[in-house]
Amino acid sequence: MLAYDTLLAARDAVRSKKISSVELTRQALDRIDKIEPRILAFNSLFADRALEQAKDVDAGKRTGPLAGVPIALKDNLCTSHGTTTCSSRMLENFRAPYDATIVKKLEAAGAVIVGKTNLDEFAMGSSTENSAFKTTRNPWDTARVPGGSSGGSAAALAAGMCCASIGSDTGGSIRQPASLCGVVGLKPTYGRVSRYGLVAFASSLDQIGPFGWNVPDCALLMNVISGRDPKDATSVDQAVPDYLKQLDEPLKGLRIGIAREYQLAAGMDPQVKSAVDAATKKYQELGAQLVDVSLPHTEYGIAAYYVIAPCEASSNLARYDGVHFGHRTKDPVKDIIELFSKSRAEGFGEEVQRRIMIGTYALSSGYYDAYYLRALKIRALIKRDFDQAFEKCDVILCPTSPTPAFKAGEKTGDPLQMYLCDVFTVTCNIAGIAGISLPCGFTTGPKPLPIGLQLLGPTFGEEKLLRIARMYELTTDWHKRRPSLETN
Amino acid sequence: MKGAYFVENRVCKSHKVLVGMEVHVQLSTQSKMFTGAANGFGGEPNTQVDEQVLGLPGVLPVMNKRAVEYAIMVGLALDCKIARHTKWDRKSYYYPDLPKNYQISQYDLPLCYEGAFELVRKDGSTLKIRIRRAHLEEDAGKLMHEAPGGYAIDFSIVDLNRAGTPLLEIVTEPDLSSPQDVALFGQELQKIVQFLGVSHGLMQMGHMRFEPNINVHITDQNGQVHKTAITEIKNLNSFSVLERATAYEVQRQIRQWEETGSLGRKSTYGWDEAKGSTFLQREKEEANDYRYFPDPDLPPVEVDDAWIAELKGQIGELPAARRKRYVDALGLSATDAAILASDRETGDFYEAAIAAGGDARRVSNLILSHGRRIANEKSVTLKEIGIAPARFAEVAGLIDQNKISVSSAGTIFDKLREKDGAAEQLAAELGLTQVSDTSAIDAAIDAMIAANPKPLQDYRGGKQSAMGALVGMVMKNGKGLNPKMVQEALKRKLGGE
Repeated sequence: MLAYDTLLAARDAVRSKKISSVELTRQALDRIDKIEPRILAFNSLFADRALEQAKDVDAGKRTGPLAGVPIALKDNLCTSHGTTTCSSRMLENFRAPYDATIVKKLEAAGAVIVGKTNLDEFAMGSSTENSAFKTTRNPWDTARVPGGSSGGSAAALAAGMCCASIGSDTGGSIRQPASLCGVVGLKPTYGRVSRYGLVAFASSLDQIGPFGWNVPDCALLMNVISGRDPKDATSVDQAVPDYLKQLDEPLKGLRIGIAREYQLAAGMDPQVKSAVDAATKKYQELGAQLVDVSLPHTEYGIAAYYVIAPCEASSNLARYDGVHFGHRTKDPVKDIIELFSKSRAEGFGEEVQRRIMIGTYALSSGYYDAYYLRALKIRALIKRDFDQAFEKCDVILCPTSPTPAFKAGEKTGDPLQMYLCDVFTVTCNIAGIAGISLPCGFTTGPKPLPIGLQLLGPTFGEEKLLRIARMYELTTDWHKRRPSLETN
Repeated sequence: MKGAYFVENRVCKSHKVLVGMEVHVQLSTQSKMFTGAANGFGGEPNTQVDEQVLGLPGVLPVMNKRAVEYAIMVGLALDCKIARHTKWDRKSYYYPDLPKNYQISQYDLPLCYEGAFELVRKDGSTLKIRIRRAHLEEDAGKLMHEAPGGYAIDFSIVDLNRAGTPLLEIVTEPDLSSPQDVALFGQELQKIVQFLGVSHGLMQMGHMRFEPNINVHITDQNGQVHKTAITEIKNLNSFSVLERATAYEVQRQIRQWEETGSLGRKSTYGWDEAKGSTFLQREKEEANDYRYFPDPDLPPVEVDDAWIAELKGQIGELPAARRKRYVDALGLSATDAAILASDRETGDFYEAAIAAGGDARRVSNLILSHGRRIANEKSVTLKEIGIAPARFAEVAGLIDQNKISVSSAGTIFDKLREKDGAAEQLAAELGLTQVSDTSAIDAAIDAMIAANPKPLQDYRGGKQSAMGALVGMVMKNGKGLNPKMVQEALKRKLGGE
């Protein structure tokens, strides 16, 4: 077990020499040794290198706001050390010759990178079941999935194998696994965090973000990873505030938006609904005013998302052709086209192939207007919905996921069922706004499962969003619960 | 026998050639189109690359602002409208020299559009070439089918040094009407990009690649017009080949119609230099589906008036405008004006000489004869010959003031090559200064007349040819006299007596 399992506590403990970084890192590695076979959160471990990094911290050679703390990275972030697989056969042995901007920033801040975590192949999925290598297990009930696509990062944290982790969110891939694993996950505003070195799934929707046990941990990580990057033209040149500075100060005159469209969502688990309703009441007790808002184009969100994301993916994934890097078929081929198609057929899993085909079709001449262009129009309308809603409220409150963690294999036969996991999360990416998921309760039963509360805020409203999340967190203990992996 | 009737009667009485051009110009920016990797040419294969050029997972493009500026400059030079809002699109196709399997290009909002260029033919006639569009994109790499050093291999290898080079694609309307025009347009375009300094424009280096789209309107003996299908000849990179390939293709289309009645199909041809003929590469049944869509990694480009004004300032006066001014305002011949205005350096050199006080036409003659001669002999540019523009002005002044003869200018410039100095002083040192003092001339003439009555009588007796001899005699006794002035004074004297 980690003596300090949250980021700020661990950082402060290392800083005040209550524990050495090497000791803390060893604890994380020991925990991984013990628990990982049941969780399957990691694709690769950087054990030796992590200990080297920890030693450097202890020797005073590495300093910074994250100095000495073990952190895990989603395996779609390029690192010059080790492999970057995206949980795909295609990139099983791919070694990036460069570090993603976020990796540079984390390491410059003194973080100790323990390893890279499992995901749905190329971040396409909501359960990690689309990983070519393994399905990560939910630490609260290992028969269940951790959510996805950043399931490995959420589970590694929830299982106590690191103090914080990094994921990426294209349609809910940070918030949904955070919700299912009982941790906090933030999807920053599009352009807040550099995407350079994040293996692209859907470029206009992808955004990197943090997982932590609590809101302050996420705020600290945001301090480190935010900001304009000259290597990412879509990153925005906007000052990065100190997200920790006023974090504990409650917001006065808080207006919480309740979208009527979210009340009508089908397939909502009653326990999720009651937990979220209770959280809403809690905010009222804290002095917040509830405001009815309308997001009338919500119902088209999933449809627009499953056009835009596959279109961009079909283009982003075109480079995996067996010629320059990645998997190349070993079969004899008659020409270059066959080399392309065989390599891709062997290297990509079913869901990735499905989305490439959907995207290729939707972008084809004659279909572009009917699909992609129309999806972009919906996108503009969804953005406008949020703009209008945020004139009336500070944040919009809703569940992160309509259900708690589901059983492995439960939805794999029906991609549409799986896509509906994203019903509350995709519009946030479509509109480019910020969203956070934080624990707001547990299901009843022998293996209680975490339930996530989602707060959506306007673009570059992270400071306020984190404070509002923190208001709730300070009055509840959900974020202090830990799964009892020893007994399940 | 109906068919035979038609065959017999399929005669091309006259034809009209329509050629539209697609030109790819590699821009000579420091770095590549979407990354900081050096935009170098040559080098060992795959050395002018970085992770972005290689299209590795996770990389992102960042627009090279200078490349956009270069493109706008060409657009302005071609009198194009400049898009105030434009964007980048992905053009998808699978090919091993295209690392991402899509090319970042511009689809429906080209940076420059609706321009025009006036082609001035050798005979002085002009032809307006409409420019449809000019857009920016990234170049692809190169596939090689033999190993460096020429060794045979049974697979292909890829060199990505060229990949990511900023490429400006210029597309004209089908306004070019002869193979000569096509080649001339290519040459003029080369001059423009070189003048602007946006491309080295070296044909042998592939900096400019031409693709003429050719068809012919054939008028038969009955006055009926037959329009052949458009064929495109790919990747021509010399003006000579451009002209010959276009001429060949025009004749091939006409011959095909005459022999078979077929107008052909929209198709792509290559050029076989060894055979001196075009060959069919592929028929375009329908357009390729490139699945264009806006590149989500790149924000749109906004171009404002201030930016355009700044670039106009950087361009200065364009060759065509300069050429026109040299003819209209300075009175130069069209030929001389064209040479002086063809590149920025020569024009600037010329204007510096005028600014130093030289007569426009005199200085033009001196630069075009002696300046260019010396530059050629030294294999340097005009600016590098080591003689300042002001010296040309000084020499011009000496000629105009009759202090030296036109023919001795060369000797002075040859001296100036070796050591700089005031032209007048050098002329004196070289003994080239002419005496233009009228009293000295008059005295010499009087002396000659006194000493030589015979030739004088001959001249007065009607032998006009004696004049030469008389001038010679004056000059003999009076070294350094201005022969022109001597002759004029003699005529005046003899005629007036």
